[in-house]
Amino acid sequence: MSILQELTNRDQVFEFLTPEVSPVDVRHGPILYLEDVSVSFDGFKAINNLNLTIDDGELRCIIGPNGAGKTTMMDIITGKTRPDTGSVWFGSRHNLLTKSEPDIASLGIGRKFQKPTVFEALTVFENLELAMAADKRVFPTLTAVMKPEYRGRIDEVLEMIGLKDLRSAPAGILSHGQKQWLEIGMLLMQRPRLLLVDEPVAGMTEQEMERTAELLTSLAGKQSVVVVEHDMGFVRSIARQVTVLHQGSVLAEGTMDQVSNDPEVIKVYLGEEA
Amino acid sequence: MWLTRPLRERSTQLFLGVLFAALIVVTALHLLMPQDSALYVSSYTVTLLGKYLCYALLAVAVDLVWGYLGILSLGHGAFFALGGYAMGMYLMRQIGDRGVYGDPLLPDFMVFLNWQELPWYWLGFDMAWFAFIMVLLAPGLLALVFGFLAFRSRVTGVYLSIITQALTFALMLAFFRNEMGFGGNNGLTDFKDLLGFDLRTDATRLGLFLATGIALAIGYVVCRGIVTSKLGRVSVACRDAEARTRFLGYRVERVQLFVFVVSAMLAGVAGALYVPQVGIINPSEFSPLFSIEVVVWVALGGRATLYGAVIGAILVNYGKTVFTGIMPDAWLFALGGLFVLVTVFLPKGIAGLLFTRKKTKDEPTTPAQEATA
Repeated sequence: MSILQELTNRDQVFEFLTPEVSPVDVRHGPILYLEDVSVSFDGFKAINNLNLTIDDGELRCIIGPNGAGKTTMMDIITGKTRPDTGSVWFGSRHNLLTKSEPDIASLGIGRKFQKPTVFEALTVFENLELAMAADKRVFPTLTAVMKPEYRGRIDEVLEMIGLKDLRSAPAGILSHGQKQWLEIGMLLMQRPRLLLVDEPVAGMTEQEMERTAELLTSLAGKQSVVVVEHDMGFVRSIARQVTVLHQGSVLAEGTMDQVSNDPEVIKVYLGEEA
Repeated sequence: MWLTRPLRERSTQLFLGVLFAALIVVTALHLLMPQDSALYVSSYTVTLLGKYLCYALLAVAVDLVWGYLGILSLGHGAFFALGGYAMGMYLMRQIGDRGVYGDPLLPDFMVFLNWQELPWYWLGFDMAWFAFIMVLLAPGLLALVFGFLAFRSRVTGVYLSIITQALTFALMLAFFRNEMGFGGNNGLTDFKDLLGFDLRTDATRLGLFLATGIALAIGYVVCRGIVTSKLGRVSVACRDAEARTRFLGYRVERVQLFVFVVSAMLAGVAGALYVPQVGIINPSEFSPLFSIEVVVWVALGGRATLYGAVIGAILVNYGKTVFTGIMPDAWLFALGGLFVLVTVFLPKGIAGLLFTRKKTKDEPTTPAQEATA
């Protein structure tokens, strides 16, 4: 009977009827929360009981030898790979395991791939335009017009990534480093809360690396940034917090100095370089 | 407005200017010149040109999906033929009791096959408005269902091309069957009039030619409107880096579906205008070879330009008319040879030739552009 009463109570809104609130709830601190995540491919445990917490506004570097599960972890966060067990939360409200890739992107998680993929046939400006946070359904996209405030936002990002003079050049003619910056710019256009950056300085010259370090540190604070990188010099130049991954789980966590003095870490990773 | 944007664009203005000038010149030469003059354009030629314009519209539709979306459809003939059949069914119903058997309701081939009543799917085709809606709806619905299934399963590239080829082949076999109720092998023919105009008069033929020209202009503007909109840039993004586009938050399969359906509808309109001008529609329009030929027109004219598709369709079909008149057996060799030559020497097609010529004259290429070339 009580169920019947509850059903006929017209003041009540059932939980499944309320739309999911989209703002990310970071009142408890962390913006990204991975707990006991495991995933295996054909018996190989790529991620093994991984626990990771990223705070709002943090710049975190993730290092680890090849096969440590860095890219798989990114795949799980962006919805490309589903873990076998564990939970992944964005803020304290969004369960990422129930969402599709485009949904996760529109929640505010942007990902930069290892190999820069920009739309080579389109200009730098158009690349940023497509990446802009907007209604991305078919008909609104068809009827979209370039408003002055959009143009302003694109100019702002062009300034940040230093490609202002190349705005109407096709992205295909950019150098490797410039493509990487354009990709980061495309992420910024989406006004993400969390940026996942996969090996941003691979194949860059010294000057390009310096500029990239400046860019990434200037982004932290406004948004959370997770950088996966092999280049230890680069990690040292930007990192406050470093997480070392090994065989799919966290081996050590702390500042660069703490981590690089950890005997375990020296054994599995840094030792190779020393 | 996305539809009026192309009208402010110089390339579209130029295209429409050339197209309308051609329509006016042909009309003037047809109506004003004495019949024995060398400049006189006969009614036969007017219809032939009308046919080329239908092919041009079909080529534009194919270029929209192939050039800008990266979907190589080898089955656009199916949409063309479906539009043609919708028009053909209307024209059959217009014959009324003037057929050979004089049945007021049933088309001749149904009387011949001893059918007692009109199949349900022929109902409504006696009304022009219904038939004209079906011209858009029949190919559009097929494209919607086919595209929904294919794009949702992320079938792309050569696999999609093969499925589109299979689609048109399956439809050809189906339409060959008499039991389908579309005239089987012989198709639909012996048309008398369209909207009350006698199809055999010169005036109606000229009218159809002009209507096709206007349809091509509208189709071109619609396609141009799509490719110059933000959606057009998203299409190009899907073409070049599908996974990346998905990560930006676009529903790639819906973009593909929308553009594919629009393209199928344009192909249907082209088919509908084609049928009254050639006077027949039969299952051979579904043949896989025809669909492949359309792709060759687009490749020859220049992919991802739209106007290149028009140039390609008209030039190749003019060549076909001339060649099949002189040496019927040599035509396929000529077409094949042309295709090889253009692919090797003009990878961007005839339109690419026009474009690069203009570029070297107007502005020197920057070193960066040379580096990518």
